[in-house]
Amino acid sequence: MRADAARAGTRWSGATRRGALFGGLCLCCLPTLGRSAEGFDLAEVGPGIFIRRGPDAEATAENNDAIANIGFIVGDRSVLVTESGGSLADGAWLRAEIARRTDKPVSHVVLTHVHPDHCFGAAAFAEDKPVYVGHSALRPALDARGEYYRARLAEILGPEKAGRVVYPTLEVGTEAEVDLGGRILRFTAHGAAHTTCDLSMRDSASGILFPADLLFVTRIPSLDGSLNGWLMEAEKLKAMGAAKAVPGHGPTLVDLVPALDDLTRYLTTLRDETRTAIAADTPIEKAVQTVGRAERDRWALFDTYHGRNVTQAFKELEWE
Amino acid sequence: MTASLAKPVLIRSILAALTLTLPLATAGAVMTAGAVHAAGASDDESERLARWKEIQTSIFGTRPIATTDSLVKVDAPVRALDASLVPITLTMPEKDRIAGVHLIIDDNPSPYAAHIAFGPGADAGEIKLRVRVNNYTNIHAVVETKDGQLFETTKFVKASGGCSAPMGMSDEEAMKGVGDMKMKFAESQAGGPVEATLMIRHPNFSGMQMNQVTREYTPARYINKVAVTRGDQTVLTLDGDISIASNPVINFALQPGGRGPIKVTASDNQNGRWEHSFTAPSATN
Repeated sequence: MRADAARAGTRWSGATRRGALFGGLCLCCLPTLGRSAEGFDLAEVGPGIFIRRGPDAEATAENNDAIANIGFIVGDRSVLVTESGGSLADGAWLRAEIARRTDKPVSHVVLTHVHPDHCFGAAAFAEDKPVYVGHSALRPALDARGEYYRARLAEILGPEKAGRVVYPTLEVGTEAEVDLGGRILRFTAHGAAHTTCDLSMRDSASGILFPADLLFVTRIPSLDGSLNGWLMEAEKLKAMGAAKAVPGHGPTLVDLVPALDDLTRYLTTLRDETRTAIAADTPIEKAVQTVGRAERDRWALFDTYHGRNVTQAFKELEWE
Repeated sequence: MTASLAKPVLIRSILAALTLTLPLATAGAVMTAGAVHAAGASDDESERLARWKEIQTSIFGTRPIATTDSLVKVDAPVRALDASLVPITLTMPEKDRIAGVHLIIDDNPSPYAAHIAFGPGADAGEIKLRVRVNNYTNIHAVVETKDGQLFETTKFVKASGGCSAPMGMSDEEAMKGVGDMKMKFAESQAGGPVEATLMIRHPNFSGMQMNQVTREYTPARYINKVAVTRGDQTVLTLDGDISIASNPVINFALQPGGRGPIKVTASDNQNGRWEHSFTAPSATN
């Protein structure tokens, strides 16, 4: 009965929603609840926390750049979108999924960093007039790259599906809090790491950490900020003491410490072997072929991104 | 020199570069070509040849250029990992015959990337540079022998967006430490040439990178001249352009037995000028 209602697109009230969750039904037994027309699943990784796993793939016309882990958190009063999606189409899909589950207003949309697979869904929430939460360095990063990203995305998806640049309206310089009613989300603005504008978030109700792309799992990390900085920020994330985390890419919920250990092992290998290559006067074109090869079988899309990571690392470390 | 390095040689190719369907190519971006192909990828051989003839005429006039398999070789990745930093190696085995080498990236908005003239202090066997590649393109190396003949070879490289890819930082931040230099020397065999790596801090703004705040392109600001001398000898002079990657790095070699400090003078197109001196390791045989 409830499944039928959901299929028909009925908006559920918060109370009905809780009834469904805690009344003996589980989402895994009701695939139609979590599955959209595109075939994506939303996993409920904590009470009122719904996350879609992005596939370890590149943006294509077929996947709408829906490749990051995106989702939403439901509070007593309102809904926070953890990541907006990789395109207007991806964001619109998420907005529809929210509407299938709750009629509470979307009060906040988090833009975790400048990369298009995380922030180009933002415009899909414009009608909700949410607070767009971002790092204080996100605006300048969008100024520098947003239009470039939009144009490239439009070439892959078509302009109507690509979306547009949306700026943060709550700019986090160090820390900030958002109260959804019954749960508080605490934001931390990080130093240059994955990018120059990484924002993480912690949910008070579940204790789950949302490090966004400061944590890659299964998909190879992509380096676009600072290698040394990322290693420092990874330590800070570990020190936050969360048991579980929703990574920016990979499974929707992981144990934080082992996942961070994997990430740190990759980044440390990248740093140490690049430094060794530089000290040995190995030219950059050789270094991209020799550094970090032991990591090859441990990450999806290694061949696509690793050489570029070495290039980034080399550029950063050769001036040390 | 018959064509300014700074002047875009081909208007047509500028327009092409600005309107092409290019995949995201900047570092950290998460897209690749997928079903999209750069327009340059579909150009046929005759179009490429016509483009090269046009460039050739604008740079070298009517001087004949023979093809060569032996006097110069271009090494570059077939598919660039990072279009804004594509490592290029030029090898010139008959180094004592070589007076200089021109590097041309045919489909870049300003194709004439660099000209290097060797002086008596240089070992002309090998040069390495890092360049931006904006489109699927032929890369031409043209060597000039000491008796004034020109020889060319070419290599096809797949990359896109290297000239327009935004820097990962603000313009102000990119200008930090501008003009700083480092020089590293590889261990050399006794009596052999000394390999040197010159690094220069400079954003080398291409003029195609958009600043959304001002809604304008950051004006082109790039190193257009690097002169390297040792003692009273010229080692090399490089004329550069927007196709050179930010924070230029140039590998070259010094003739063995040279004496005196190595002096580097770099200048950019906005009257920036920087000078640094370095001491080469002395041979220890």
